[in-house]
Amino acid sequence: MSKMLALASPHTHAGTSTTRLMYIVAACLLPAAAAGVLYFGLPALIVLASCIAAACLSEWLCLLLRRHDWRACMDGSALLTGLLLAMSLPASTPWWVAAFGSAFAIIIGKQVFGGLGHNPFNPAMLGRVMLLICFPVELTDWRAIATPDFADGEIILSAAWQGIDAISAATPLYNMAEGLSLVELVSGAHPGSLGETSSILILLGGLALVWLKIIRPVIPVALLLGLGAPALVAHLIAPESFDSILHHWLSGGAMLAAFFIATDLVSSPTSNKGQWVFGLGCGLLIWLIRSFGSYPEGVAFAVLIMNAATPVIDHYLRPAVFGSQSAHLQ
Amino acid sequence: MFLSARPFAGGIHPKGFKELTEDKYIDRLDSPDHLYLNLQQRNGAKLVSLVEVGETVFKGQLLAKGSSDMAVPLHSPVNGKLEAIKEVTSPHPAGLKTSCMVLSNNGDPRWGEDHRPCDFRQLTPEQIIQKVLDAGIVGLGGAAFPTGVKLRLARQAKVHTLLINGGECEPYLTCDDRLMREQAAEIVSGVQMMLKALGAQQAIIAVEDNKGEAIAMMADAIAELPQISLKSVPSLYPMGSERHLIKAVTGEMVPPGQLSTKLGILVNNVATARAVFHAVRFSRPLIERVITVSGAAVEEPGNLVVPIGTLVSQLIAQRGGLKVDAARLVAGGPMMGQALPSPFVPTDKSIGGVLALTESELRQEQSHACVRCGSCVEACPMGLMPFQMAAYSRVSDWPQAQHFGLDNCLLCGACSYVCPSKIPLVQYFQHARGNLNAQRSMRQKSAHARELTQARQLRLAKEAEAKKAAKAAKASKRKRPARRRAASGGEE
Repeated sequence: MSKMLALASPHTHAGTSTTRLMYIVAACLLPAAAAGVLYFGLPALIVLASCIAAACLSEWLCLLLRRHDWRACMDGSALLTGLLLAMSLPASTPWWVAAFGSAFAIIIGKQVFGGLGHNPFNPAMLGRVMLLICFPVELTDWRAIATPDFADGEIILSAAWQGIDAISAATPLYNMAEGLSLVELVSGAHPGSLGETSSILILLGGLALVWLKIIRPVIPVALLLGLGAPALVAHLIAPESFDSILHHWLSGGAMLAAFFIATDLVSSPTSNKGQWVFGLGCGLLIWLIRSFGSYPEGVAFAVLIMNAATPVIDHYLRPAVFGSQSAHLQ
Repeated sequence: MFLSARPFAGGIHPKGFKELTEDKYIDRLDSPDHLYLNLQQRNGAKLVSLVEVGETVFKGQLLAKGSSDMAVPLHSPVNGKLEAIKEVTSPHPAGLKTSCMVLSNNGDPRWGEDHRPCDFRQLTPEQIIQKVLDAGIVGLGGAAFPTGVKLRLARQAKVHTLLINGGECEPYLTCDDRLMREQAAEIVSGVQMMLKALGAQQAIIAVEDNKGEAIAMMADAIAELPQISLKSVPSLYPMGSERHLIKAVTGEMVPPGQLSTKLGILVNNVATARAVFHAVRFSRPLIERVITVSGAAVEEPGNLVVPIGTLVSQLIAQRGGLKVDAARLVAGGPMMGQALPSPFVPTDKSIGGVLALTESELRQEQSHACVRCGSCVEACPMGLMPFQMAAYSRVSDWPQAQHFGLDNCLLCGACSYVCPSKIPLVQYFQHARGNLNAQRSMRQKSAHARELTQARQLRLAKEAEAKKAAKAAKASKRKRPARRRAASGGEE
């Protein structure tokens, strides 16, 4: 049968592969992750490592139990889930909490549905929401940044960077009154989840994905519009109670969600129209949760809610069949 | 971010590999020793041989014909002898054997009859169409639909525009490109003849913009012909698809499930136009065609004029043979062509390319499950959702597969070409289509059977009634004389 499969046309192929896709996405995330390590120190590195290791290990275990080819645990999809989850966690998260969340994401979020391609929800966000509910204290323990000093050609790593004596702080989403400068928001030199703070690096990574045609720009644009439009209007009407559009775009996980989380291939709609609805819905929900909800950040919830709507979106918003709008239909 | 002006949504830019052959002049194949002419056509129609085994045949002689115009006649490509009529492996991927006429060739290149040139302006449209039918011409773009039938139907539908397809969007293939560069005048003459046959007002020759020289040559050839124009269309697969070419050239769309004649447009391929020229001008039947021989395994890729019925192995041998092992032989282009079961199968009128592909050129086997990336949706030129169609075909849910557009699928393979998981989507669609066809013919059969049964019952009932009536009539006839007899008896 396998030989018969290979005989069908087309006989030629573009040369893309799912594994390559996954590793490119991970590579585009790396600069932002590296910035996280720079700002938050060794604890960030530990969170990253434990998430990725736990994801790959649980993938391997599940594939083994399901009698699938266990080597597929290195196809990049588990690694990406672990990486994304880690980047959405505070650097201070204990390693075992991070690892637990990551294993949950893979096992419950993905493998119980049938593995790669079958999960209705974004596994990383499912893991994050589970952690947020089970470990609210650990998941909201934001640290002040502890960037190493580069003086006289020497790198001075503070105790905080080494994770010994960290200083707690509030994320910009908790306390907008603190007023971070635009430079701080863009560069990421402010408290927050370890991979979410550097908006500029995430944006660049995301644009690289668009340029490499790994993702279509529809979902990022729609999400940023869906988040930006209500933010703009609300801020114009009542600037005291609503954050500005830039604040919404550049703080928290908005940028990461726009380019890397909401664009998850498996759990997002496939048609252009569907992606517009999905992106706008995610953006709007993020704004609503941030502005009116009891949680400071709404990315994970927003994405999961829209994931749940994906089958319906895919069912109703299909591309138009060629010729169906023909003037000669009658 | 600028949206490029695409002539239609979807479509892909596959790697062309046309540089392998596009700059080489068309060669003529050395006269082959034996030819194998298939008596069964692609559309299933069967032909009956008009020649006895052992008889001498001449080049251009009518050898076999079918019962209707859908079965195009076969002519002898060579001078020689009908050696046998036997079962020979056909180019079908399953290696089915079909009945073939085996001709031996005496190497004499002359035509058997004198083919005096004839001025098509003196002919009526019906006469032109009859000449095309008699010449056994089929669409040389790959579908192999009888051209004469197509012209006749289009004439009845009163088409106003003849669109000549010089798209050639399949990678590797350059036979149409070369033909346009080398035989532009003949193609244009064929177009004029078809215009007359159709009674259409204008012809548009559409060529993909990656064929600059072909465009220049065609532009020269149509220079003083106001009825014929030339249009360069973007190179985008599947530009050669009738519907998409019409959209790119005229901006109009053929409604799903309908024919282009509804818009008053008929599409024909450039090579077909040239065959029409030879048929009408010289009364020469279609006995040869240009075939691209290419692929990384071929020593010297190029284009050849090949008599119909030549073995694939001979084409490859003439181009220097194979330099490395070929992982697969393909008849046609790599997007929609069919894998050949062996090199020892004859070519037919529909085959425009023979590719010997190496392992590295081939699509590998499926590597992952579908990750719903939507690449196929974006690539589909028909606006379908291939991954959904494949998922439903996989579980034999044909109605759902149809719901997602199976009936509108062109089987162009754009989806499978871009799929990062290398899912053999087209195979699922072919499988589903095959099953639906089987169901349809089953339904037709049972409907026919039902009709027959009903007719039989009706007939039986009628017969029974007639019998009854006859009996009654007889009885009444008998009764009356009986009564009379009784009465008379009484009298006695």
